[in-house]
Amino acid sequence: MQDLLQLIAARYNYWLYIVLMMVGFYAMIAKNNLVKKIAGMSIFQTAIILFYISIGYKKDATIPILMHAPDGAHHAVHAADYVNPLPHVLMLTAIVVSVSTLGVALALAVKVYQSYGTLEEDEIRERMREENASQE
Amino acid sequence: MSHHLPALVVVIPLLSAMLVSGAGWVRRRLCFPVAFLGMGITLAGAVGLLLQVMDSGPVHYRLGGWEPPWGIGYAVDALGAMVLVVIAGVALVNLAAGRLDIQREHPDREGAFYTLYVLFVAGLMGIVATGDLFNLYVLLEVTSLTGYALIALGRDPAPLASLRYLLLGTIGASFYLLGTGYLYIMTGSLNMADVAGILPGVRSTSAIQVAFLLCMTGVWIKMAFFPMHLWLPGAYTHAPSASSGLLAPLMTKVMVYVMIRLMLSVFPPSYAHSVLDLATPVVWLATLAILAGALMALAQRNIKRMLCYVLISEIGYMVGGAWLGNRAGMTGAVLHILNDAVMTLCLFLVIHNVAFRVRGVDLEHFKGLARTMPWTFAAMAAGALSFIGVPPTCGFFSKWYLISGAVQAGRYGFAAALLASSLINAILFFRIIETAYFESAPDREGHGGHAASREAPLEMLVPLLAVALATVIIGLYTGDIVTSLIEHVLPAGLT
Repeated sequence: MQDLLQLIAARYNYWLYIVLMMVGFYAMIAKNNLVKKIAGMSIFQTAIILFYISIGYKKDATIPILMHAPDGAHHAVHAADYVNPLPHVLMLTAIVVSVSTLGVALALAVKVYQSYGTLEEDEIRERMREENASQE
Repeated sequence: MSHHLPALVVVIPLLSAMLVSGAGWVRRRLCFPVAFLGMGITLAGAVGLLLQVMDSGPVHYRLGGWEPPWGIGYAVDALGAMVLVVIAGVALVNLAAGRLDIQREHPDREGAFYTLYVLFVAGLMGIVATGDLFNLYVLLEVTSLTGYALIALGRDPAPLASLRYLLLGTIGASFYLLGTGYLYIMTGSLNMADVAGILPGVRSTSAIQVAFLLCMTGVWIKMAFFPMHLWLPGAYTHAPSASSGLLAPLMTKVMVYVMIRLMLSVFPPSYAHSVLDLATPVVWLATLAILAGALMALAQRNIKRMLCYVLISEIGYMVGGAWLGNRAGMTGAVLHILNDAVMTLCLFLVIHNVAFRVRGVDLEHFKGLARTMPWTFAAMAAGALSFIGVPPTCGFFSKWYLISGAVQAGRYGFAAALLASSLINAILFFRIIETAYFESAPDREGHGGHAASREAPLEMLVPLLAVALATVIIGLYTGDIVTSLIEHVLPAGLT
């Protein structure tokens, strides 16, 4: 038990992102409402974004912005003093992708609502079955 | 100019998308010519790139002049160049055939449709041309988002089918992103060639194994590899004809390309087989994919839906072939990327023509149709023979490589599944041929004007016949394609 707690405490960022990812995944699978599924998808993607950010962190490091003296003298930069900026940059792109996907998903949900009058998956399936039966 | 080609094949569709979108605001009738011109220039660029690669070997391009690993590099080798030509060719042919249908079904959204179409192609070209792992994710999502929108333009269950595809597809892309993240942690680089150089030196820890599995799972979801195929039949059946003719031949094939690229050029050669020993379960899954797709296709009355299940079966061919672990299997899988794109385009264009005239694509709608649409059904016969695997159509040759690879690797279950799939495809397509050629057209009135059906317009017929001819010509030139393109891509150690 002590070992397990130590393992979790040492790598708590990984455990956190896995728990968050599974929460989102569960919502996508188990929830009936389409908007809740879409929210689960958003949580899923956010967990991955948090994971990337967390891997760039260094102990006692500061934000990766260089402050120069007014005469612009160049000092040697110790990489260990600054947080890794590359994952942040990558995740800016990933956030944009995530937001676009959310937008497309919500637009599709609006169209589904206009066709079927409901956002609950089981009611939609009922209505589709009725439509198919009436077309036969 | 010619040394900018790797970037141009992505930039030209992007610029065309903006021009098409602008044309949609100014004058709607300009949208199609601008899109067609853009796709034509892209095809010319892709062919030029292919000739360049065949001449002088793989092309490397640095975006903005930044050296990798800091900058994004584009790397096109023989395999990539071949897939680029396939993408541009299929997109151009399908665009030519799709104009009338879009004009009839969505007259007020032509600008939006053509913009999405060209953006989709831009994303696909980028996925193939890029040499950077994260850039691949970005372009993958560009492709996916435009794909979801293209599907959602169809009739009623289409938005719901597209939403289901979106949810599953996002999981797939996110898994790929996660795998890339693990690779970045272990190697510190995102450039494919750089990672390939660093990986053999890294201790093979579980992080790299998880990275491989996550990337593979993400790509398998995106290519509808059984059992993650559930999104494909709904999405492609209900999509409008012009969209499904673009998506079905290309999207899954490019994902197969990504899988092969990861297996050959990023992870150490035969990593999948020696370190992880995944070959047996994956080949069995591929066998199941082939059989499940074939059996479910037998149960369908809607011919478009039946084709979607045949497509799932074909994905099983390619994944199984790539994981056989020998030269013949990998050659068969890569050749099948080309062949399957052409065959699938041929049959989806046939469905497109039938739907244009008859308003329905169930098996009953095909009764006696060959009499009124002889050219369409001649092309269908050619495509059907290719799916069944009859020489000299292209389908025979890739199946030959796959079966000989399977026997060489001792995977007799996979070989048996390939043969069984040929038989079941024969049943499926002969059923259609029999209904179309030998049954008499029903003379019912008021149900979509079947009695008045004529041959499809020339604008839709010529691309179809060109593609049907291509299935035979590509089959006849298989030897040249294999020796001049595919042989150079396979790693030397593969037996």
